[in-house]
Amino acid sequence: MITVENLSKRYGTTRVVDDVSMTVERGRIAVIVGTSGSGKSTLLRMINRLVEPDGGRVLIDGKDTRSEPAHLLRRRIGYAIQGHGLFPHRTVAENIATVPLLLGWPEARIQPRIEALLHAFQLDPANYAHKFPHQLSGGQQQRVGVARALAAEPAVLLMDEPFGALDPIIRTKAQDDLLAIQRRFGTTIVLVTHDMEEAFRLGDRVAVMSHGRMLQYDRPAVLLTRPADPLVARMTGIADRALRLLSLTSVGEIASPGQSDGPEIPATASLRDALSELLWRGAESGRVLRSDGTALGRVTIAAILAHGKPE
Amino acid sequence: MVSALRIDRLGALFTAVGALALAFLPFVVFKQNRILPGDALSLYAALPPPAAYACLAALIVTAITGLFVRQARIRFGVALLGIVILAAAVAAAGNGLTPPGNRVVRVAPGAGCWLLLATLMLMATDALTRLKPRPLTRVLLLALCAAGAGIALAHGIFDHLSVMREYAVNSERFGRELQRHLWLVLGSLGAALCLALPLGMLCHRVPRLRAGTLGVLNLVQTIPGIALFGILMAPLAALAANVPLAARIGIHGIGAAPAVIALFLYSLLPIVANTVTGLARVSPAAVEAARGMGMTPGQVLARVEMPLALPVVLSGVRIVLVQNIGLATIAALIGAGGLGAFVFQGIGQTAIDLVLLGAIPTVAMAFAASVLLDALVETMDRTPQ
Repeated sequence: MITVENLSKRYGTTRVVDDVSMTVERGRIAVIVGTSGSGKSTLLRMINRLVEPDGGRVLIDGKDTRSEPAHLLRRRIGYAIQGHGLFPHRTVAENIATVPLLLGWPEARIQPRIEALLHAFQLDPANYAHKFPHQLSGGQQQRVGVARALAAEPAVLLMDEPFGALDPIIRTKAQDDLLAIQRRFGTTIVLVTHDMEEAFRLGDRVAVMSHGRMLQYDRPAVLLTRPADPLVARMTGIADRALRLLSLTSVGEIASPGQSDGPEIPATASLRDALSELLWRGAESGRVLRSDGTALGRVTIAAILAHGKPE
Repeated sequence: MVSALRIDRLGALFTAVGALALAFLPFVVFKQNRILPGDALSLYAALPPPAAYACLAALIVTAITGLFVRQARIRFGVALLGIVILAAAVAAAGNGLTPPGNRVVRVAPGAGCWLLLATLMLMATDALTRLKPRPLTRVLLLALCAAGAGIALAHGIFDHLSVMREYAVNSERFGRELQRHLWLVLGSLGAALCLALPLGMLCHRVPRLRAGTLGVLNLVQTIPGIALFGILMAPLAALAANVPLAARIGIHGIGAAPAVIALFLYSLLPIVANTVTGLARVSPAAVEAARGMGMTPGQVLARVEMPLALPVVLSGVRIVLVQNIGLATIAALIGAGGLGAFVFQGIGQTAIDLVLLGAIPTVAMAFAASVLLDALVETMDRTPQ
């Protein structure tokens, strides 16, 4: 669990981060979203003390981050950044081994860990462990960057626009992979982005920042239905907020018993995608299938539409 | 291929220069003794007819290859063979023209011979550039050439040529001066590395220092070599006169101390400047990631920044090494010794052969240093730029 208490940072007379407090529960993903210059990256970098705060404090599992030297703190916290920051003179395996080596892990523990991570990120160790970063595609480099951040099994992972340099198709895939990995390792993640779509897709809770202040920090649905500030409403998008809301719920959650002769829809699809599919096929309802292919029930357009407005 | 009879422009230039050199410039110069002006002899006068025609035929084949053959591998091989044949012809001329037992007459390669050698070397380098060999291949080629030259010298093939006559007289001293030369170059380089690397890192960390430091070092670089030796003489002489310890460890107004200090000063700018450039070139994302993963500032420098800056730093070292090998010859003027001692002694005695005894090894060393460090830089550079 990460607790941020009244954190402030100023450069000259500018308050870059102004009295921000937030809590991230263990195993959850918090996304900090804001325009450039909103202070979101500075806030993230104060958690691992790449930036030292002027006021306030950060607790990780109840322990003040200032109770140990900054470099030792950072070795316990994963860190992944935009443009991956891989070391060009080291192989993929050597890059991933960076923090374990700093922590003095024995070789017998490092090698299996590298292989497990490469497998988890769908990179065959035999093919990729000894390649250099410039021999990989952008998407592969990004995956190695995240694998490196997770190498020493950190309880907390900080990510600064990790998918910013990827094209849209690879980006969606990378986001899905991150969610899968997060579920598997149970890592607590704080992720910074300027992309609201990404924030809604990944965040259990989303913090909206502007000019150093945190305007609202809540579940995505609450941000849409009860924005605390006009700017939050503007940033989450007024025109398509109903569709955004639909995208937050999966079909499986609202499927009802019964048959349908409409198209097949996976239970993991969002209501937004299901609505789009039903409209496209001209069907009133669809058959909801579990991931193993068995039927879960049915979903109707009317049931979907009922979820598109604030309760 | 020969099939497409397109004339290679560079080959045409080489052929023209080579033909003119052969036709109008002396192949060897024959002197009755070391100082007297000599007689210019053409290839036909210098060698018995069969040997002269064989050499001419070989040169014509080289010219045809240079003109029409486009495969770089063949061009390189033929040019190399041309150099060997030319060397053999000069050696044969030396042996043939020297009366048995006579140690007074001098046979020296003439202007035409040198020009032919230069064109053949250019042809070989041009072919090598087109071949783009890997660093290791280049080092092996260098070793092969050095070994070839070494074996030829050891077997006394060139012993009747004037330069080797000078060597025979000075052989003991030659070894000493060569050692001295290397000591001047490597000692000053080592000392410069000890100061310049930390200074470069400091300039990278503290940008305010950068302009001032590089400005001062630039100023040092603009002082002509002889002037710098002169500037150093007075304070070092005063130091030696007033501090007995300084005199005892060998610091004097003339000699090795001012030479090493001057070479050291000249070495600073290329290394400091390249260290700063190399460190600035390191990807900021890699440094940010290194810090974010918990490396201490020292670890970031040692494990990320310096390894990534190393190729650029090494190309600075290459500049210094080549520059100092040349500059160290001037150090002989202030009594520091080195191969320059032969050069200046030769100039003083108008004995061009003695000048060459100092100059040829200097050029060869500078060339070898350049090839070796170039290969090292290329091997180190992992970052595709």
